[in-house]
Amino acid sequence: MTEASRQFDFEGRIARDEKIEPNDWMPSRYRRQLVRMISQHAHSEVVGMLPEGNWITRAPSLRRKISLLAKVQDEAGHGLYLYGAAETLGAEREDLINRLLGGDARYSSIFNYPSVTWGDVGVIGWLVDQAAMVNQTMLTKCSYGPYARAMIQICKEENFHKRQGMEIMAVLSAGTSAQRAMAQDALDRWWWPTLMMFGPPDEESPHSSELIGWKVKMKSNDELRQWFVDLAVPQAEALDLQIPDPELVRDSKTGHWISGPINWDEFRSILEGEGPCNRERIESRRESHFGGAWVREAARAYEEKCRKKKALERESL
Amino acid sequence: MTSGKVVDSLWEVFLQEKNNSGHVHVGSLRASGSEEALQAARDVYARRGSPISIWVVLSESIVASTPADAPSFFDPKDAKSFRYPNYYKVPRTLKDA
Repeated sequence: MTEASRQFDFEGRIARDEKIEPNDWMPSRYRRQLVRMISQHAHSEVVGMLPEGNWITRAPSLRRKISLLAKVQDEAGHGLYLYGAAETLGAEREDLINRLLGGDARYSSIFNYPSVTWGDVGVIGWLVDQAAMVNQTMLTKCSYGPYARAMIQICKEENFHKRQGMEIMAVLSAGTSAQRAMAQDALDRWWWPTLMMFGPPDEESPHSSELIGWKVKMKSNDELRQWFVDLAVPQAEALDLQIPDPELVRDSKTGHWISGPINWDEFRSILEGEGPCNRERIESRRESHFGGAWVREAARAYEEKCRKKKALERESL
Repeated sequence: MTSGKVVDSLWEVFLQEKNNSGHVHVGSLRASGSEEALQAARDVYARRGSPISIWVVLSESIVASTPADAPSFFDPKDAKSFRYPNYYKVPRTLKDA
């Protein structure tokens, strides 16, 4: 088959909503874009463990502590599902991780903000995980099979993350005035960064139209952001908390909640590595990775020992 | 290790979620050996429910056909209608259940 007929065939399969599988022919750009997207997603899961991991030892009760621990373990698992999906495209996990540790790979901008109070843990579950779910629900229909299937698995688990966040927020909001203030302060700091999680506005999003054409993404950044805002506004109302956007209004014709302008300068400076926690996050990842090298070495040495032992046993038979 | 770079093997994970159901592919992982692969598979892919068992298989051991080859590789579904019960005509009076 010629390159052109392969390309034609591939586009036909996308149009018929067939899933593309690892051994299928695909344009090299499709492969490259997916590796970029899936590995960024994997890094986000892994770096995302840090702001919450920060609170495991300081959770206010044992019940909260086991939930948070389970949630952070889930995020580690999600990272692994995604590195696995990236590897089906021929990427090497080692390379992907080295690029993260070297500061060359991107991950979600949201994890470069600090988690300074327990209220932040609530807001991360309620809003950040909910925003991730909006994005990931869309990606369960993605044209690349292994990515779509990883998303289905992740979405199943993510629901618990959101609910535990909502519970924390409901309890704080119904608590003492200091607890209410903590909940409101957390919402004030996280609202805008959460809206930025969906990426730049459509007219400035460099990859969007190509990804939508390939059915890798099914909706644009702005569409997803709108979907999220419409979910979150009534929830904030139910929690009796104020969304920090004085311009937020409901469009009476469409029923959509329309946000005020987003500070994209802040978003860009975070992508350039100038966010409040960029350096700290990468430093923590490096410490864990290099500090844990002896564990990996020990596992390999143990495996080698078992192999030699088995070989000896076979010889003596 | 012969090459300078140390890379753990890639394993595919198959999970049997319920009694009497088959093992279904759930993803992959890297591990230095089978024991570590099995433990990691449990920790990553079996955190909920009450799974019955896990298989881990070295990815390189799997031989697979590709979806693109499906039309030529598999028989067309309708070509052998005699493989289905409805192909056979039986008098109505002859009850089979």
